[in-house]
Amino acid sequence: MPVTTANAAGPGAPSGRLLIANGRLIDPSQGIDGAHDLLIEDGLVAEVVERTDREGREGRNDRDGGGRRREGGGGRAGREGRERRDVTVLDAAGLVVAPGLIDMHVHLREPGQEYKETVATGTMAAAAGGFTAVACMANTEPVNDNRSVTEHILAEARRHGYARVHPIGAVSKQLAGQELAEIGEMVRAGAVAVSDDGRPVMNAELMRRALLYARHFDVPVIQHAEDLDLSGKGVMHEGEWSTRLGLAGIPGAAEDVMVARDLLLLEDTGGRYHVAHLSTARSLELVRRARRQELPVTCEVTPHHLVLTDEEVARTVFSTQCKMKPPLRSERDRRALLAGLADGTVDAIASDHAPHHADEKDVEFDLAPFGILGLETTLGLCLDRLVRPGVISLSRLVELLSTGPARVLNLPGGTLRPGSPADVTLFDPEGEATVKAAAFLSRSRNTPFDGWVLKGRPVATLVGGRRIELPRRAAAGGAAGA
Amino acid sequence: MSPASPVRWTREDLLGIAELSPGEIELILDTAESFREVGERPIKKVPTLRGKTVVNLFFESSTRTRSSFEIAEKRLSADNLNFSASGSALSKGESLVDTALNLQAMAPDLIVIRHAHAGAPHLLAKKLKAGVINAGDGAHEHPTQALLDAYTIRRHKGRLAGLKVAIVGDIEHSRVVRSNIHLLTKMGARVTVAGPRTMMPVGIERLGVEVAYTLAEAVRGADVIMMLRIQLERQGRMAIPSIKEYFEIFGLTSARLAGAAEDVIIMHPGPMNRGVEIASEVADGPYSVILEQVTHGVSVRMAVLYLLSGVHEETA
Repeated sequence: MPVTTANAAGPGAPSGRLLIANGRLIDPSQGIDGAHDLLIEDGLVAEVVERTDREGREGRNDRDGGGRRREGGGGRAGREGRERRDVTVLDAAGLVVAPGLIDMHVHLREPGQEYKETVATGTMAAAAGGFTAVACMANTEPVNDNRSVTEHILAEARRHGYARVHPIGAVSKQLAGQELAEIGEMVRAGAVAVSDDGRPVMNAELMRRALLYARHFDVPVIQHAEDLDLSGKGVMHEGEWSTRLGLAGIPGAAEDVMVARDLLLLEDTGGRYHVAHLSTARSLELVRRARRQELPVTCEVTPHHLVLTDEEVARTVFSTQCKMKPPLRSERDRRALLAGLADGTVDAIASDHAPHHADEKDVEFDLAPFGILGLETTLGLCLDRLVRPGVISLSRLVELLSTGPARVLNLPGGTLRPGSPADVTLFDPEGEATVKAAAFLSRSRNTPFDGWVLKGRPVATLVGGRRIELPRRAAAGGAAGA
Repeated sequence: MSPASPVRWTREDLLGIAELSPGEIELILDTAESFREVGERPIKKVPTLRGKTVVNLFFESSTRTRSSFEIAEKRLSADNLNFSASGSALSKGESLVDTALNLQAMAPDLIVIRHAHAGAPHLLAKKLKAGVINAGDGAHEHPTQALLDAYTIRRHKGRLAGLKVAIVGDIEHSRVVRSNIHLLTKMGARVTVAGPRTMMPVGIERLGVEVAYTLAEAVRGADVIMMLRIQLERQGRMAIPSIKEYFEIFGLTSARLAGAAEDVIIMHPGPMNRGVEIASEVADGPYSVILEQVTHGVSVRMAVLYLLSGVHEETA
């Protein structure tokens, strides 16, 4: 395990035992979805216990939502406490208990842009959003293109983290797309993948070499697939809405030609190739076909590409909260991505959490930076907009947010198999919450979802068996057991 | 859309044509008609906007539109104030929002803005109490240009409904095209846009227009032909290889007018490139109404200023 976090507290001290009881346990890695309790010992999953009573499945109206703690042997917990001495019980009635969610694509902005986000605030946002781990991109200042930056990020995470942090190293030095970065040293220091995200690897020869070289360390090369000549000065998806708004368009082809090129290279090189924030129907089809050929390709999509389309830029009258790369695409693309979730082509949902200061976004659309936050809205959006309408099942969602990214990045999490690290997310699939950007724990506020009412919300996270305690938010309900 | 019976003007801003109803468009054109006569008087001034302050905020260079607004404001007796990109705070790195808030602090009634970026007037309108008039934002809209074009067409043809209007040139980068498409289709005209495929934006047909890729097809049966300025510097040499080749294929000459309606009128929003998109023989010829457009621009802008300032008076 690369990281333990500093901000874990509450029950489940490393030597103690913790029972997460009465919940609906969903673990796609073991094919479990049902009334199971989870026993955690010494920071690891000890046992998954099926319950005979169906009480937990139905759920009780657990208003305070935080679960309740009963100290084993204490006065209140007398009954169960008899057999389970010194077991702390976390009541998860009405809640889903899942392997800890992993956001495999975030920007923590540290080092260098701490006014947007830090490792501390970014992982706080992660924990608030139900994530126990994040993978952070290399486009920091300085760039994470060498071991010392990787180590710095990991050290910050150890000191201030509220979730595990898995750094992603750069493919090329300075993200300049010219020379390979020291991938081997970064991987030895803890990097889990390489990517020039924010920029594509435009040079086909460099991509070919990167795919070959990364094989030595068994890490995926993550591509921000965008042909910069085709995207040009574009600021939104090229289509009817860019034409109506008079904004320069980014054609879907800017992504597609890059994915197609890389897949051809991959046929020759082998290795592992992962498409970040895949956004078009055609790119998805390319990945689907490559899969059929058994090429080692994986892909992720973002919640915003699953929920919004390019029309949103017009509906919000040029709101810069709708400006990101890749841009919000057409309804046709969006529907194709939904189909890709359902049919298994998509491996992960990742937020591309991209904090920007409010001043930077409060400008003309053309001048605003690309990117929006995601950590604190992803789970709610997915539960409300994907699971509730029946696009995917709860179990598939857990796969996309936990098991899938763990597999892509070859992380130890994403499962509740006995012996695994006890990284656990508890969420309430029925709990309604209003997105309040002003109450985000992220340092930034750039979201197009402010004010949205979403059914489904995170309740708690545990990292290595320890419950993560967050600073109180004005708007948040008090977590029980705090 | 409500039928065009007596319409009251209720908007605080004029940001585009897309959101206007046919009734509102007619109201502006009818109001312009009543101001036309002011420009023909020996003393070209009425006291209508006395005591009102209008700020002309031009972040992008403009001669015609800016002078037209200035004259319109002066003829209405408004106090006006001009900012241009060079010499203003903008060139010192101040954000548009800060510039706007500073202006707001001086309590202007109306702000006329020209900006290179689409949506800039909308950003201002969200932040300001003053009414905002879009005098051209990027490739998005140029509502007063479309209104003055419609006014000019109506003066000549007596109507807009049923006319065939051809618009030729760089459709992709033109705000004039977008505003004209919205206005003309709302008023029942049939619009054909034409130009090289490399200058045709994706999905333009979704705006309710026909698309032609030859000049002859666009001109055939046209009651109105609008030629657009070609700027080689803007779109670079990826879209067209040379001015010479463009003129050979899409340049409007007398010979190429064959097939248009007998009483076709030729329009151009300016500034015009003679020998690029239009031959002098056409620009200066009997069908040209290009300078009339400029004259009517003042009446139309007086109408817009008048209608918008009225809203503020009533809501104040």
